[in-house]
Amino acid sequence: MRSIYIARRVISELIRDKRTLAMMFVAPVLIMFLMKLIFTQSATTSVTVATVGVDGNIRTALNDVKHVSVEKKSTNAAAKKALKDQKVDAIVHQTSDDHYTVTYANTDATKTTLVKAGFKAALAQVGVKQLKQTTVKLSQTVTQMATTIQKVAPQAAGNLTLPKAKQQATTKITNKYNYGNKDTGFFNKIVPILMGFFVFFFVFLISGMALLKERTTGTLDRLLATPVRRGEIVLGYMMSYGILALIQTVIIVLCTVGFMGVEITGTLAAVMTINFLLALVALAFGILMSTMAQSEFQMMQFIPIIVIPQVFFSGIVPLDSLASWVKDISYILPLTYAGNAMTQIIMYGTKLTSLGLDIGVLLLFLAVLTALNIRGMRRYRKV
Amino acid sequence: MADLLIDLNHLQKKFGKETVLKDVTLQVAKGEILGLIGPSGAGKSTVIKTALGMEVADGGQALVLDTQMPNRQLLGRIGYMAQDDALYEALSAEENLRFFGRMKGVDKTQLAEQIAHVAAVVDLTPDLKKTVSGYSGGMKRRLSLAIALLGDPELLILDEPTVGIDPALRRKIWKELHGLRDAGRGVLITTHVMDEAELVDNVALLLGGQVMAYGAPGMLEAQYNVKTIEQVFLKAEGVA
Repeated sequence: MRSIYIARRVISELIRDKRTLAMMFVAPVLIMFLMKLIFTQSATTSVTVATVGVDGNIRTALNDVKHVSVEKKSTNAAAKKALKDQKVDAIVHQTSDDHYTVTYANTDATKTTLVKAGFKAALAQVGVKQLKQTTVKLSQTVTQMATTIQKVAPQAAGNLTLPKAKQQATTKITNKYNYGNKDTGFFNKIVPILMGFFVFFFVFLISGMALLKERTTGTLDRLLATPVRRGEIVLGYMMSYGILALIQTVIIVLCTVGFMGVEITGTLAAVMTINFLLALVALAFGILMSTMAQSEFQMMQFIPIIVIPQVFFSGIVPLDSLASWVKDISYILPLTYAGNAMTQIIMYGTKLTSLGLDIGVLLLFLAVLTALNIRGMRRYRKV
Repeated sequence: MADLLIDLNHLQKKFGKETVLKDVTLQVAKGEILGLIGPSGAGKSTVIKTALGMEVADGGQALVLDTQMPNRQLLGRIGYMAQDDALYEALSAEENLRFFGRMKGVDKTQLAEQIAHVAAVVDLTPDLKKTVSGYSGGMKRRLSLAIALLGDPELLILDEPTVGIDPALRRKIWKELHGLRDAGRGVLITTHVMDEAELVDNVALLLGGQVMAYGAPGMLEAQYNVKTIEQVFLKAEGVA
């Protein structure tokens, strides 16, 4: 009963703190919007390649590759000068019949990759064309031979049927996307993790500071001088910040889905459940950390230690390729499980019931941290 | 014995290696105001914290309202006011009172009436709707006292309640405290203001974790052969 009043009080205090509210609700949307702008921009990189003594066919083929344009240079020196002046991004120099030297500016990895892939494609295309020509010549020879055979030995030719030259059909690829569409990029991949991160970050920080403030102003002592249970205080905080996290999630989801076109395959309720759970873990974490801080500034010092590493290990950077001990670190961070669950829900539409492990681990985090908090408050009152 | 609200017997308390309370014995009876005086670091706050159950004594016995402390349920019958104002500055005075009233377990039907009453006692009735952050230092102190008075507690534990309060209001607060005493309540009060020590029924002079002098102000003055409690204090400290 008392915890409801505590929750109500925490919320009414927060509502009057307009700046903090704005930070919780507007800042995540703003950051996500900026990230969308930045991460969707990189898809349209284009490069210019200088060619020196390259066969015309290959040059045309290279020029036809998307986002690649070709400039013909007469000498290697002229090409090098263009590269130095940043007019071109790479030089293709044919030194002999089957040898090419490619020089990359290599100041932008995406451009280098684009040139590499484009040049390979051009070579393959020219190769296929030559092969085709050879095939055509070969089939002509066969036809001629068949005619000759017919003239020489008509009986033998009876069961010799010639394959009719089929109209060469151009191979067409139809792309289907399991999630999103052709514009789905890095941004979409990190949206679920970012969503969890914002909830974690803000709830961790604000709740930690709120309890710290209660301690330093003496209101916690006064609260503990009433018959309130220690657990009721922790529960009251959980309810209020849980509600806040729900509102934050709704706003983030509506903005990402509405304005940024991110698709959520699973149900919104599932996303909310995970975020609510994560908020409670963040809250318990924040309260625990606040007992170790003497001031708001010391609370801020937990950001690089507690909050930022979670971002790195939560799946924004693919962990599959990392050393196993690095991967192991991610198993002790709550955001890893929340991020994984969110990714499953948003990208694959996984139901909550199939996410038992993630939810279980988050609940375990919550139970342990809450118990530690209730126990930790014994420092301020012995019963 | 039944008339004793606070009964501390040979209380000892250590923080690490440092002994804060060596041997403290004091009582507050119904209808008594006990003034706890002593220099900073003498252990006044520790006595209060032990009486409230925030700390557990290492030795001796702390009985409050006939119950061994610490005891959570008992806290609803005690009014406590700390040295800090300990208020939620973003909330109005009324919201602060209502919140702490609920925490103390004041009956719902009586809460509004209680708030009106304690606000009148500390002269804050016209300012109840104002946000506490706009309050002056004295007003905060008064609100803090009003919160301690909520729920009509049998025992009041007040830590420096009159710091930063102007003389007229201080007199009013003392009048109220005397009124409470006459109504059979007990008050344990710490103070630095020596002339306030003349207003209490009994004085306990705490020095180095021990009660150096204990008794009615007039009796102590006679015992030390001085005219004021301030001189008793100085004499006991060995300064004069």
